[in-house]
Amino acid sequence: MQELGMAEQGSIRVSRKDDNVVVIEKDLATEEMLLSMGPQHPSTHGVLKLECMTDGEVVTSAEPYLGYLHRCFEKHCEVVDYPGIVPYTDRMDYLAGMNNEWAYCIAVEKLLDIEIPRRVEFIRVMVSELNRIASHLVAIGTYGIDLGAFTPFLFCFRDREHILNLLEWASGARMLYNYIWIGGVAFDIPADFNKRVKEFVDYFRPKVVELYKLLTENEIFVKRTKGIGIMPADVAINYAWSGPMLRGSGVQWDLRRNDPYSVYPELDFNVPVPDGKFSDIGDCLSRHLVRALEMEESLNIIEQCISKMPGSDGFNPRSAVPKRVRPKAGEVYARAENPRGELGFYIQSDGKSTKPLRCKARSSCFVNLSAMKDLSKGQLIPDLVAIIGSIDIVLGEVDR
Amino acid sequence: MSVSAISQISLPFLMGNNLNAWSDALAGLTISWFPLGLVIIAAIPLVFIALYALTYGVYGERKISAFMQDRLGPMEVGKWGILQTLADILKLLQKEDIVPTSADKFLFVIGPGILFVGSFLAFAVLPFSPAFIGANLNVGLFYAIGIVSLEVVGILAAGWGSNNKWSLYGAVRSVAQIVSYEIPAAIALLCGAMMAGTLDMQQISVLQSGPYGFAHFFLFQSPIAWLPFLIYFIASLAETNRAPFDIPEAESELVAGYFTEYSGMKFAVIFLAEYGSMFMVSAIISIVFLGGWNSPLPNLGSVALYDWTSGPVWGAFWIISKGFFFIFVQMWLRWTLPRLRVDQLMYLCWKVLTPFAFISFVLTAIWEIYVP
Repeated sequence: MQELGMAEQGSIRVSRKDDNVVVIEKDLATEEMLLSMGPQHPSTHGVLKLECMTDGEVVTSAEPYLGYLHRCFEKHCEVVDYPGIVPYTDRMDYLAGMNNEWAYCIAVEKLLDIEIPRRVEFIRVMVSELNRIASHLVAIGTYGIDLGAFTPFLFCFRDREHILNLLEWASGARMLYNYIWIGGVAFDIPADFNKRVKEFVDYFRPKVVELYKLLTENEIFVKRTKGIGIMPADVAINYAWSGPMLRGSGVQWDLRRNDPYSVYPELDFNVPVPDGKFSDIGDCLSRHLVRALEMEESLNIIEQCISKMPGSDGFNPRSAVPKRVRPKAGEVYARAENPRGELGFYIQSDGKSTKPLRCKARSSCFVNLSAMKDLSKGQLIPDLVAIIGSIDIVLGEVDR
Repeated sequence: MSVSAISQISLPFLMGNNLNAWSDALAGLTISWFPLGLVIIAAIPLVFIALYALTYGVYGERKISAFMQDRLGPMEVGKWGILQTLADILKLLQKEDIVPTSADKFLFVIGPGILFVGSFLAFAVLPFSPAFIGANLNVGLFYAIGIVSLEVVGILAAGWGSNNKWSLYGAVRSVAQIVSYEIPAAIALLCGAMMAGTLDMQQISVLQSGPYGFAHFFLFQSPIAWLPFLIYFIASLAETNRAPFDIPEAESELVAGYFTEYSGMKFAVIFLAEYGSMFMVSAIISIVFLGGWNSPLPNLGSVALYDWTSGPVWGAFWIISKGFFFIFVQMWLRWTLPRLRVDQLMYLCWKVLTPFAFISFVLTAIWEIYVP
């Protein structure tokens, strides 16, 4: 605000002309305006509300108000048995249902201490990585819309449609899958599934390049995102950022690598972080870039899954699924790398009930959003939109 | 070259008709005291705007954007969805005419009207054909540049009268943008006017006619002309609030900008005004730089393509085609590019386009004086 040389609010100058006459000059008063952005606003990605104090186009402060999509997930968990919670997790981050289910199942499996069949692990990795690509496609597409480019969004949705068809084929649902169960998966993948996935990977690789040329390398897009909303790595760590947001700040942190679960140690993939040549480290463009590069890494993981997956002979996807989930008394925290960052489940069991005593979700979007106030200070309104878009929030997960 | 000398140029290709033959004949048509012909002259552009906005503007844009985005666009109402726009209009007509309670009623109602009048008045000086022009002003180009500024008043009235913070932002942005971009736009058009030596739109077109078709267009008559041509095209995008300069209605930032509160027919009028000014700037750029109603086809020996495709009706065809081509480019850009930020928009105007406009102005002046 100071840099822009704004006038002080309504200052009054008093000057004395001669002994008797006092001249009072009043400067034109400027006031800060309260601007409620959301909950019904096209670029708050759902029902986020930001109360912005604005000085012209400059946002002096923006405070996120949450809770418009609160569905008492954690309270529901206390009255639903363990397998019954899986569909609820779908509805948290509804763009990455598979990843949510998986994170929850990892937690319960850790509590139950059960062995998962190897083929199930590969199926889980494959559907989750497919879902990660679908989720990043939405993130990148809607980010384009936030910045005024409509076409990349529809290109993204066209390609996402192929993934949704694949996942529908495997699970029977397009968004809210209930596919990954505690101890297994609901169904084995269809006979030709791997062939179709391979076809999709071959189809999608050039599309990533196309998207890169259309949006990421666009001069106006770079101008709008480069150097905007810079988050230094140390502040990002203090805010407990995770996922593409943290990697955008230059920290190479990926739970699939740093705290490996499932079969990820056997798979070969990179954890992309910006090198600071194309983008400034920690800005909106870096975060966008990380997502774009991660899609290619996910494609690599999927290809490896196809080649390494054990055959389906004598395979029962529900062989390790417990008939009745009643863990012994104790508590567990398990986390998984979701498209939006670290999704963790803390579950407490009293050892008697088939329902958790307490189930707490550590939502990545919620934690990432907490830095909004810091990021938005002194930005222009269009930049604020760019920053919200780069955080890539899903309000279903923020509010739960 | 003086104006009187130009008007004596014989125009054998007009199928025997003189310049402005149709509009002069219409202007003389009166029924007792009632100037029916003048009403018809005014009605022709109005009907044209309405028809073009319905067909090419709305339906065309939806289809064009759909094909650019791997979609089909409207397909349900009628064959290939051709009746979709009609259904939309019927829907808008049925809608309740809402004026927000806290709005300034007078400004809210009059805003779309001023907006439409601003873009419609400029059609008075557009030569739709060698034989038809609404008003053959000798300062036509100047009038067209000036009258468009009236739109600013409409936008400000709509934005302020809505009593909505988003509308206010949109209106303030829009006014700043249009007022700024008029400067490079006007200077760029001045380059064209210098090459012509007149501001009369009809005479500018006449000066670009000749047997070699497109070679006579001002764009190809001077080595500098592409610069003002490009500058005016970019500035005209900003003046009509089209992408990538659509920040006054930036739907992801300002909901819908200055027309956030509008619905029903008032909304339709705002859209009509937008499509009107889209065609208007496209027509102006084709008149000043691309020959207006002149055929771009050259005479090739005995194959007299130029002579065959010239005349009042062909003239109307050519100028409308050229206008539609530029509107297509506008749509193409809209569905490709992201949006600039407010300060970047002003930077582009004052630090890039305006200096280059001055440079092209000086270079054009030098070219016109020293090169015969």
